Amino acid sequence: MRVPVSWLKDYVDITIPVELLAERLTLAGLEVGSIEYLGVPQRHIEGVRWPESRHLVWDREKILLAAIREVKPHPNADRLVLAMVDYGGAELEQCVTGAPNLFDFKGQGPLEQPLWTAWAAEGAEVWDGHSDEPKRMILKEKPLRGIPNRSMVCSEKELGLSDSHEGVIVFFDQPCNQITGQPAAPGTPLQDVLGDIILEVGLTPNLARAYSIYGVAREVAALLGQPLRPPSYDVLMEGAPIEGQVFIEIRDPELNPRFTLALLRDMQIRPAPEWMQWRLMLVGQRPINNIVDVTNYITFEIGQPLHAFDYDKLVARAGGKPPTIITRLPEPGETLNTLDERTRQLEPHNILVCDTAGVLSLGGIIGGAETEIGDDTRNVLLEAANWNFINIRRTMQSQKVQTDAGLRFSRGVHPGQAERGLRRGIELMRRSAGGTVAQGILDAYPLPAPTVVVDLPVREIRRLLGLDFTAELAADILRGLQFEVQINGDTLRVTTPDHRLDIGDNIIGQADLIEEIARIYGYDRIPDTLIADEMPPQWTNVALVREERTRDVLVALGLREQISHRLIAPEREALLVPAGNGPLVQAGYVELANPLAADKTALRHTLLLNLLENARSNARYTARQQVFEIGSVYLKSDGQSLPDEPRRLGILLTGPRRVESWQHDEAAANMDFFDLKGVVEGLLNGLHITGAVYDRAEHPSLHPGRSASLSINGTPIGAFGELHPLVARAFDLPETPVLVAEFDLEALLDQVEDLHKTTALPTTPPVLQDIALVVGEETPAAAVEAAIWKAGGDLLRGVRLFDVYQGDPIPAGHKSLAYSLTYQALDRTLTDTEVAKVQQRIVKACERELSAKLRA
Amino acid sequence: MHQQLETLYAEALAELEGLTDGQAVRAWESRYLGAKGAVTLILRSIGQIPKEERAAFGKRANEIKEALAEAYAERETLVRQQELARDLEEGAVDVTLPGRTTATGGLHPATQTLRQLYAIWAEMGFQVYRSRDVETDETNFSLLNIPPHHPARDMWDTFYTTTPGVILRTHTSPGQIHAMRDLGQNGTQPIRVILPGMCYRYEQVTARSEMQFHQLEGLAIGRNIRMSDLKGTISAFARRMYGANAAVRYRASYFPFTEPSMEVDVECFLCGGKGCRVCKYAGWIEIAGAGMVHPIVLQNGGYDPTEWSGFAFGMGPERMTMNKHDINDIRYFWQNDLRFLEQF
Repeated sequence: MRVPVSWLKDYVDITIPVELLAERLTLAGLEVGSIEYLGVPQRHIEGVRWPESRHLVWDREKILLAAIREVKPHPNADRLVLAMVDYGGAELEQCVTGAPNLFDFKGQGPLEQPLWTAWAAEGAEVWDGHSDEPKRMILKEKPLRGIPNRSMVCSEKELGLSDSHEGVIVFFDQPCNQITGQPAAPGTPLQDVLGDIILEVGLTPNLARAYSIYGVAREVAALLGQPLRPPSYDVLMEGAPIEGQVFIEIRDPELNPRFTLALLRDMQIRPAPEWMQWRLMLVGQRPINNIVDVTNYITFEIGQPLHAFDYDKLVARAGGKPPTIITRLPEPGETLNTLDERTRQLEPHNILVCDTAGVLSLGGIIGGAETEIGDDTRNVLLEAANWNFINIRRTMQSQKVQTDAGLRFSRGVHPGQAERGLRRGIELMRRSAGGTVAQGILDAYPLPAPTVVVDLPVREIRRLLGLDFTAELAADILRGLQFEVQINGDTLRVTTPDHRLDIGDNIIGQADLIEEIARIYGYDRIPDTLIADEMPPQWTNVALVREERTRDVLVALGLREQISHRLIAPEREALLVPAGNGPLVQAGYVELANPLAADKTALRHTLLLNLLENARSNARYTARQQVFEIGSVYLKSDGQSLPDEPRRLGILLTGPRRVESWQHDEAAANMDFFDLKGVVEGLLNGLHITGAVYDRAEHPSLHPGRSASLSINGTPIGAFGELHPLVARAFDLPETPVLVAEFDLEALLDQVEDLHKTTALPTTPPVLQDIALVVGEETPAAAVEAAIWKAGGDLLRGVRLFDVYQGDPIPAGHKSLAYSLTYQALDRTLTDTEVAKVQQRIVKACERELSAKLRA
Repeated sequence: MHQQLETLYAEALAELEGLTDGQAVRAWESRYLGAKGAVTLILRSIGQIPKEERAAFGKRANEIKEALAEAYAERETLVRQQELARDLEEGAVDVTLPGRTTATGGLHPATQTLRQLYAIWAEMGFQVYRSRDVETDETNFSLLNIPPHHPARDMWDTFYTTTPGVILRTHTSPGQIHAMRDLGQNGTQPIRVILPGMCYRYEQVTARSEMQFHQLEGLAIGRNIRMSDLKGTISAFARRMYGANAAVRYRASYFPFTEPSMEVDVECFLCGGKGCRVCKYAGWIEIAGAGMVHPIVLQNGGYDPTEWSGFAFGMGPERMTMNKHDINDIRYFWQNDLRFLEQF
């Protein structure tokens, strides 16, 4: 919300520099996002940081308030005039200008009512009105079509007030000097007249009461310890009594606790007073006419939205009789044409303002087109009502409409505000539109807001803030915020003022008040202490420690961690399964009711999709990829409202085994199944997990011949291997093999033992023997190795496969596996005889169990 | 035979003189002096020489063998020295050529920041407690003092699922409820935990905003926990995270589940508070939202708010990472472009 300081000053004296005030407001929860300067200089306050402003400062000697006394024709140009400017000097200054808004006054001779304007003398710095880019210029003497010219009357753009360069600034009413409060004389520095500072204040939802200039003034008064000057709610009522001229019927007090009306007759619709238009412009409103502008002005001034009806239109709808205003929920099928030129289908919860003929407006949010104020309106029925904020918010959301009125009502306006808003509105309308006000206001208030009284023991303040407050200090702070406070010993009895709804009862009310005390006192004045309370038992999150260990091992193996969007498209996951293959996951999806993007409609079932999609986009720049991801997948089963969220580990490798180098001697072979298996083995080693069993996998996304399942001590962990060629094609991946793994991380990490044993380092020499065995090509290497280990007994300490060979002279259908065996006894040096005996045993066992033959 | 021996001797010496590389010298040695070398063979064929000449021949042959061995040793040393000199002189490489790259792995930047946070909070007695991503509306909002349709809900744009009442958590705060109910033993035990996790918001993904992000929530519950403790704890955190001189400022703010509520700023660690692009010329960088746990939330967690109190805070690891590394586009985090990840 834009808060002009000139307006704020109507209600409170500002005793500190505005920059400091902005800081204080920010610290007190009214965050000032930016400070905009109109003509006045920025001040630099020690310890307060605001970005350097690049606005134009109006020279106090050279940019002045002036009165145009006469507009003369230009002797040589039809599209220029000569403005005769009284800037407080001895003589009138002649300015050549092409401002179209002065042409109406051309050739009228000396004006009875001068035109008040902003004037810049020779040498003054202004913005260049003709430049598209912001550009400053210094005024210089320059004849225009033969007439000397050295100064100028300014447009809003030239002064940095707006982008408007249509005409020069013109007021018909003599403006005020902000310093003296008196009418400003020609020659007054413009800074003192139009100079201003606008604070952009961000308001959190709890600050509904501050959603107006006066509301911010209350906070300022409390922060500065200054008295508050409320606007006047006095009204001159001279017309016939309102009773009998209009009726109110509230059908649902929960949704519409209060509804007030006033009637104004014989109004003249014209522009609002210039000061009001100026203020509306400063807060970002476009002036319309004196009736509509007053309703907007009150909304911004005290935060109570008003609505004005054309009374005669209501009478006509009532068949010439006094109208009855009814607030109610819609009947089936009802619609409303609103001021924003939309026909709205009304929903059952939308509270409406109606008359006996139908719907008039969407209560508290937006008026209907049919009874709006027009240029020919004579009699005005003014509404100030109160609405249930929850329902207003719901209606704004479902009707997709945002208005200044709706924004305020949706955050909660106190019903006490209605009457004040109505009275203030009536008086401002009467002053600018003439006419007479019916005596009395019609006030239907079926559900009065309760007066909230909270007993606050002073010790509670200490308990929650950690700082001693005297009852007097706490009471003073609350009184500064308009609370009524009685001190009863060590307890404050606090009565909430009738402009705020955010103070609860009992212990909640206490917390609410303690926050107010802390906020105004200043969070920075509350000390920093360390928790003195009992330290809870300390424990270790074992699952997290193991997960982080997993990350470390994979990083040590050269893999890079990725983290992906967990929202995916199920259609994309379906591409992971070639036609005819079984499903990847037996579970339902957690689907979004309101997805934002077509590729992010549900939570993932697998990490594979993220891995493949990332691999494809990275393939544009990087042939070699080694990545992993750890994160949840979301599996929903029937009848379950919340899904299971198991953690998974995904791995992807693709591209050359070695990083490409300028040394071509290192052939860049692509990674294959065994590179991935190496990573898997490395991971298990790093986690000290033993008992891994690899088997042929039946995984729908993997190559049936080059993939494996992993189980550990009988627990299935997952599968890994080369991506199925059809899947690779479906994801448009490069030709090089893509290796992927997906493991159940929790099952894997369950296999980690907190302690793992080491073996003592032997002091005896090892004996190395090689052995090459020829077996059928179907025989798994793991079976051969297992047989070797079994037959090797205690003396066999190491088995390392170093060659696999097929081809001449090995018979067809066979392969040769060559192992390097390490024999060692811990207590003695082995003799050749001992080693030969064991080796013989191994060969025999392999011959027997696997039909292996020792290769010569 | 004598003549043959002498000729061999002369030839061998002459040949040796001409050799300049170690391999040739060693080949010469095996050719003449090796087990099958010429000199060795001649000595072995001594049986063919008349008996009376044998002694003289043998003597001479041994002299020649020793002389050649000596010449060889000399030559070998010389050539070795020459080779070493040549290698030191000629074997230089262009040290500006790139090295052979070893593939290295690395942790995602978000993980790195999370770990830093875990470590700092662990030192202060806060343990990691994780809870689910898919939540009930009740836990994510209502139990945190955010009733249905309340305007405070405007603070969180929410992804709803097709199951009524089930949403993707918009913040890690529902974890407060889980932690209190799980660890509090019906409101009888103090708690100190941090709750990291992925959160989701119904927000278009742009350079400045993401639909998915980590949060790290903190929760301390006890019989005597005060706002001054919250300030002291967060200040201690800031000194650990941003340096011993980090200045911290506390601004009043609003969260429905804490009261009093605050935002925490740290003096910009890049410009020292003078104002720069990262702090948007404000001199301060927001690092956390925090506050005293609201009595309703304490109640919903099983605690009696007249006896128990607590504080909570929430931080954004990605924002922290962005500030630290001058990252201007939050989308980099989950795009997993290796060119980004490899910078960490």
